[in-house]
Amino acid sequence: MLEASSWNVDRAQEIVNKHLGLEGPMLPILHALQEEFGYVGAEAAPLIAQALNLSRAEVHGVITFYHDFRHELAGRHILKLCRGEACQSMGSEELARDLLVKLGIDWHGRTQDGELTVEPVYCLGLCASSPSALLDGEPIARLDAATLAEAIDEARGL
Amino acid sequence: MTRIFIPKDIAALAVGANKVAARIEAEAQARRLSVEIIRTGSRGAYFLEPLVEVETAEGRIGYGPVAVSDIGGLFDAGFIDGGAHASRIGKPEEHPFFARQNRLTFARCGIIDPVSLSDYAAHGGWRGLLRAIEIGPAATIAEVTKSGLRGRGGAGFPTGIKWKTVADAPADRRYVVCNFDEGDSGTFADRMIVEGDPFALIEGMTICAVAIGATKGYVYCRSEYPHAAKTFSQALVLAREAGCLGSNIKGSEHTFDIEIRMGAGAYVCGEETALLESLEGKRGIVRAKPPLPAHKGLFQRPTVVNNVLSLVAAPTILDRGAEFYASFGVGRSRGTMPLQIAGNVRYGGLFETAFGLTLGEIVEEIGGGSASGRPVRAVQCGGPLGAYFPRALFDTPFDYEAFAARDGLIGHGGLVIFDDTVDMARMARFAMEFCAVESCGKCTPCRIGSTRGVEVVDRVISGVKTTENIALLEDLCQTMKFGSLCALGGFAPYPVLSALHHFREDFAPPALAAE
Repeated sequence: MLEASSWNVDRAQEIVNKHLGLEGPMLPILHALQEEFGYVGAEAAPLIAQALNLSRAEVHGVITFYHDFRHELAGRHILKLCRGEACQSMGSEELARDLLVKLGIDWHGRTQDGELTVEPVYCLGLCASSPSALLDGEPIARLDAATLAEAIDEARGL
Repeated sequence: MTRIFIPKDIAALAVGANKVAARIEAEAQARRLSVEIIRTGSRGAYFLEPLVEVETAEGRIGYGPVAVSDIGGLFDAGFIDGGAHASRIGKPEEHPFFARQNRLTFARCGIIDPVSLSDYAAHGGWRGLLRAIEIGPAATIAEVTKSGLRGRGGAGFPTGIKWKTVADAPADRRYVVCNFDEGDSGTFADRMIVEGDPFALIEGMTICAVAIGATKGYVYCRSEYPHAAKTFSQALVLAREAGCLGSNIKGSEHTFDIEIRMGAGAYVCGEETALLESLEGKRGIVRAKPPLPAHKGLFQRPTVVNNVLSLVAAPTILDRGAEFYASFGVGRSRGTMPLQIAGNVRYGGLFETAFGLTLGEIVEEIGGGSASGRPVRAVQCGGPLGAYFPRALFDTPFDYEAFAARDGLIGHGGLVIFDDTVDMARMARFAMEFCAVESCGKCTPCRIGSTRGVEVVDRVISGVKTTENIALLEDLCQTMKFGSLCALGGFAPYPVLSALHHFREDFAPPALAAE
């Protein structure tokens, strides 16, 4: 997992400017900001609004519409656990419930040590190898409680 | 030098394909054997992944599923000459899972190196595009129309008619937009073809561009598919370098280029008008139709919005002719459909076949029943907005009309199998919950109906005025079905009502179940 850098107005402006030549640059800008800083904070909206000649409310509306954009920093590792029906047919709901209880968090929550954020995802296209997840962007499938715990420990270097 | 083929499809990686490849390379080196490892897409038999194939004098021989711990044994058994081993499946194309398929769209998938232009050309690539350039726009559209191809995203609208509408709309510019927002649970055909044969999508979009006179295309890829996006971006660079995109495509006067854009985790953006809003940089909110995207689409210009599979079918249709494509299928469902057999199933994967197999044949014969070994109880067809089919309806043939006649839909071709441990009331609740999470909020039946739907199902599950609340739920479903602007709110009632009608026993508290 790459460490996100902390918010920097000049760097953010640079990212925004780089995308202004595109048709409909909003989503590419938001993705790029999140990749750089780990989330899209409230500071970003005025910057984008100015550059795209939109109101802050419009930009805020876009940021909050999409599930992907985080409003605060996530854990160092991110687990996206699939909740689609195919994964449910192989016991993903129980798998998720047990994991969240064990970690003491809810969906979208971050563990107290700041190490892990668990997010729901509705289908990763690994439906013939359920249950599945993305851990720091790497796919894992045919999961059970043991293999999931093992993968998380491995990512955390335990 | 022995060539060894190992998939790098994400579903193969998820079960250790990279580790297997690294281990085979190391083992070959240690044994001083000369091997070349070629990374391919997946053939789609996910129960066999990681599937390792070696090139021998008699053809490619497959071994699968291969675990890292099997590799020493495979070398001992002489697998690089096709030697006998417990995991040897013989020639993949003769394996029962593949022998019954009609691979048109997925003919190259899992066989070639996805980002090798020479592999693509050697396996029939670009022939469809060259023919489209040769015969011109009108004849190209006529060919697609005659093939009977219908939109593979789910709605089943005739593709040729859509193309003609856009071609005929007066405009300063037109767009081709590929809907690669494959959000339905239980579907992975778009992902698999883009990872395994990305040039086919580039060719399909270029054929469309030639036909409608577009110079710019967008692929809207869901953010849950970063791996596919990476492969496709690589393919775009190679195609541009080779003159298959850009100015004077393949030496013609046509100019066309493609850009890939990432979604941001909104299921509703798979709906074409929400997708266009999102591409324009707005909230992914559904537009009222008319105007149709074919008249006023992206940036108010005439736009073809097609699913990946519809576009990828075009090269085959142009290359081999409309009659050839239309010779597959039944009734008004022509050509082939990649079935995606998923969930609790023994032989899960992608099965491309002509329309017309029955649901029972697909689930029991091809899928081999459940993975758990328990009886199959329900099959959800067509994604999270598709109906649950009970065993009693296993005689339904897989085509658009037959499924519609039984209050179902084939959608994008996904089939999610559940064994007898499934609680159908919980699945009905999930359908409403999913709709509430993903609703864009534009129309009231979907935005509020889905939340109320969760509450009503909860009351039914906890046994509060069961009969009255079931009646209320049915009424709510009718309102959502007929009052919603798009398929999200309009189809969310399908899983709920089908669960209710076919699995009523799950909706009553145990004490009342006998009544």
